[in-house]
Amino acid sequence: MAHDHDHDHHHHDHEHSELSETQLRVRALETVLTEKGYVDPAALDAIVEAYETKIGPRNGARVVAKAWTDPAFKKELLDDATKAINALGHIARTGDHLIAVENTPQRHNMVVCTLCSCYPWEMLGLPPVWYKASPYRSRAVKDPRGVLRDFGVTLSADTEIRVWDSTAETRFLVLPMRPAGTEGWSEERLAEIVTRDSMIGTGLPKAAP
Amino acid sequence: MGGMDGFGKVEPEPNEPTFHEKWEGRVMAMVRAVGANGGLNIDSQRFARESLPPDVYLASSYYKKWFLAIEDQMAARGIVGRDEVDAGHSLRQSPPLKRGKFTIDDVPRIMVRGSFGREAKAPALFEPGDRVRARNINPVTHTRLPRYVRGHIGIVERINGYHVFPDTAAHDKGENPQWLYTVVFDSRDLWGDDADPTLKVSIDAFEPYLEKA
Repeated sequence: MAHDHDHDHHHHDHEHSELSETQLRVRALETVLTEKGYVDPAALDAIVEAYETKIGPRNGARVVAKAWTDPAFKKELLDDATKAINALGHIARTGDHLIAVENTPQRHNMVVCTLCSCYPWEMLGLPPVWYKASPYRSRAVKDPRGVLRDFGVTLSADTEIRVWDSTAETRFLVLPMRPAGTEGWSEERLAEIVTRDSMIGTGLPKAAP
Repeated sequence: MGGMDGFGKVEPEPNEPTFHEKWEGRVMAMVRAVGANGGLNIDSQRFARESLPPDVYLASSYYKKWFLAIEDQMAARGIVGRDEVDAGHSLRQSPPLKRGKFTIDDVPRIMVRGSFGREAKAPALFEPGDRVRARNINPVTHTRLPRYVRGHIGIVERINGYHVFPDTAAHDKGENPQWLYTVVFDSRDLWGDDADPTLKVSIDAFEPYLEKA
């Protein structure tokens, strides 16, 4: 876009780094917001740091591992995921209307937001670029098997695929199938094999060694 | 953009960082902060992003869209003028944010998604198992009914509660809550006889988007 190629506005640092117009405008906006007393930059730091260090797919992985090992919790999770996760208390508080959808040998679930990029942030952190980009948002609802091929995943031809388009303030977490060969594993060990993509439905858990 | 063709392969990035550039994190944080304390609800933010010119929308990264949209919203509401961003400094007095300055004490509140469920004021028109048609509506204002289901018949699968209606909330016309349903469509109804017969697609649809079929 013109925004990125308007060289009149480029600023050349004494090093080799070159600040793009976007970088400069973002920095300018933060200065203005600070000068007007609208935001404390330290509060912005805290938000950034939380997403960089605390909130990520590890949260969701622990929920999945718990569901794999505790049938009562799994039932509660499928009934009302927000309530079940918040009742645990030790993972992360999650917002209302989280819906857990279970993969079975007959049915594979995949989550998309064709309208923007709705995603269960508390469970999975910020969405990856591909989730927010046009190829995934356009194709997941029409050609999910083709999308899965892009991820190196092939499902049996007769598996039903259910794509959940996150068009409202509901959020979806896929409960993947527990891999064979993991009998007797602890929750902690199981959580290690639950990948982010397996909770979106574009991947599967890592296989047991 | 559900169902559009020609965007190419999905490209997963191994070991993707949370932010690819520092400014992306600052944009995310500023939008969350000003949104929360400035009364810019999520639907108004989405509408501002959707209202970017299509060529800009398609060519801009996610956080770039966030930035361009919040610039538009703040300028429209007299919070921050575009000339002030150009200048890199505040050039005039502006009204305080609705909830005051966003400080460190406000951070925990925004780390959990807000609740959009409200107490029901009317009985639900549909129940699971009902056949419904997604209305063929094409508003130029905000809506969360994807184009690819408009006019198509689906089955109500579940009732998700009585939720804030984005179509009015986005335009500061009130929460106007409505029943929200998960509606499932068969791929062949959406995409024709060549569609993958094993595919079903669901959306979450507000009651005004639906009619009995």
